[in-house]
Amino acid sequence: MTPPEKTIEIENLRLAYGVKEVIHSVTFDIYRNEIFGIIGPSQSGKTSLLRCLNRTIDFVSNATVSGTIRVDGADISRIKDIYALRRKIGMVAPLPVGLPLSIYDNVAFAPRSVGLTKKDDLDEIVERCLKQAALWDEVKDRLGTLGTALSGGQQQRLTIARALSHQPQILCLDEFSIAIDPVTTMRIEDVLKELRNDITIILVTNLTQQARRLADRTMFLCNGDCIELDSTENIFSDNPQYAKTYEYVNGIFG
Amino acid sequence: MTDPIDPVTRFTKTDFVVRKERIQSVSKILFSLMVISMIIPLLAIIAYLFYHALPSLSWEFLVEVPKKGMSEGGIWPAFVGTLYLVLISLAIAAPIGVFAAIYLNEYARDNWFNRIINLAVINLAGVPSIVHALFGLGAFVYAAQFGYSIISASLTLAIMTLPVIIASTREALASVPMTFREACWNVGATRWQTIRAIVLPNSISGILTGIILQVSRAAGETAPIMFTGAVFYKAVSRGDLFPYQLNEQCMALSMHLYTVATQVPNVKESLPYATAVVLLCSVLFVNAGAIALRVWLRNHKKW
Repeated sequence: MTPPEKTIEIENLRLAYGVKEVIHSVTFDIYRNEIFGIIGPSQSGKTSLLRCLNRTIDFVSNATVSGTIRVDGADISRIKDIYALRRKIGMVAPLPVGLPLSIYDNVAFAPRSVGLTKKDDLDEIVERCLKQAALWDEVKDRLGTLGTALSGGQQQRLTIARALSHQPQILCLDEFSIAIDPVTTMRIEDVLKELRNDITIILVTNLTQQARRLADRTMFLCNGDCIELDSTENIFSDNPQYAKTYEYVNGIFG
Repeated sequence: MTDPIDPVTRFTKTDFVVRKERIQSVSKILFSLMVISMIIPLLAIIAYLFYHALPSLSWEFLVEVPKKGMSEGGIWPAFVGTLYLVLISLAIAAPIGVFAAIYLNEYARDNWFNRIINLAVINLAGVPSIVHALFGLGAFVYAAQFGYSIISASLTLAIMTLPVIIASTREALASVPMTFREACWNVGATRWQTIRAIVLPNSISGILTGIILQVSRAAGETAPIMFTGAVFYKAVSRGDLFPYQLNEQCMALSMHLYTVATQVPNVKESLPYATAVVLLCSVLFVNAGAIALRVWLRNHKKW
């Protein structure tokens, strides 16, 4: 059996805000077309880790990153086109952010920002992404209305549609379900199961059961340390390698 | 069975609640008195001005030139002069101020250099206008050799309004939620694309209001223009919209008010008051325009 192809390789990643180090030297790989779950209590550096991946950490003025992150073999600290990197990685934030634009423009924003202007192409992208995010049927008759006027759950799916609009190969979801109801959550989870055939998904979640349902492998991150990384099955089994993992996923601590 | 109690008695007021309510009503009265004490002087000023100005107020007064050594006639040259100074100074200060604010708020990193710039902007906004006047005199009239002229006075006013425009623009930009910017960056948009598509459309009302409010400040200032380009009297024909060249001196309303109120003998009694009314009304008119614009833009706001 050949080893799975690596799409992201992280080596000795350290991240500090000012003098406070929030990620202490984590090393792991993410394979192509897997759902990679990251669980852990709040303040353990999950969101910061994602921000390192697409280098939006650059916008935080007191952040210092060390170690290497390679995306498809390329060291992201040395790549020239940072915007191409961000397009390669779709990012969905915890709280739904509909941009104050129409639904159509929300999804067409990224394609337009790379200079795509042909109406037919944009129409096609908008329809495809909204369908992928399971939102198309609800909004297809009112694409001109404001994205911010949608309900929270719809806005979150709009955010996912926007993250898919630049055809990412990696989709990061940062606690996407904290602001939406369980029914919508399940619909989005179904969407993710379909997407995994085409892209790699990194799923950061506070709901350990969500990681259990979806993830192929799960990493337990606690206070900036990678405690354990194993197949989801092992992490959620009765005897993971570390007791702390068992305690966290079973709600004894955290 | 206990005695049936009227359920309403369960909600009777205790002493503590009575005291709480008393404090609440006293503070309400106190604060509303403060509001009234703020409004009364304002209304009194306006009423007083209009009462004294009434004999002179007419369309003629606005478009007529001063006569008999400025003791009679209208204020057209001063009115147009103020218009010139305000428009030119804003045409200089607004673009510089807005772009500087965009840089400071959107691009600049939080380092010592930019902190010093911020400090400088805040402090510049607090510098008295007479100091700006002296600077304008030295820099534009003498050093740049523009002489006593409209251009010197406008540049001085521009320097004076610039820090406030920067501050108000930054505030407007900062009111756009950070999450919008992050969402744009996440899909690979550059900073400028983000500013263009999201930040500016959603802060334009605040930016414009900030700029327009500086009109009234520029129109009302006397010291900066007195030192750099305003003159007591200039012969201008009645109702002429383009009486001045940029390198000439001009009359201005605030300066004219000072002159007719203190320097000219035997002025018709209502003349200074009428001048003040014109100045006040122009400022109110512009401010009302700013408010209308803000309301209109806010109704079109998208989140």
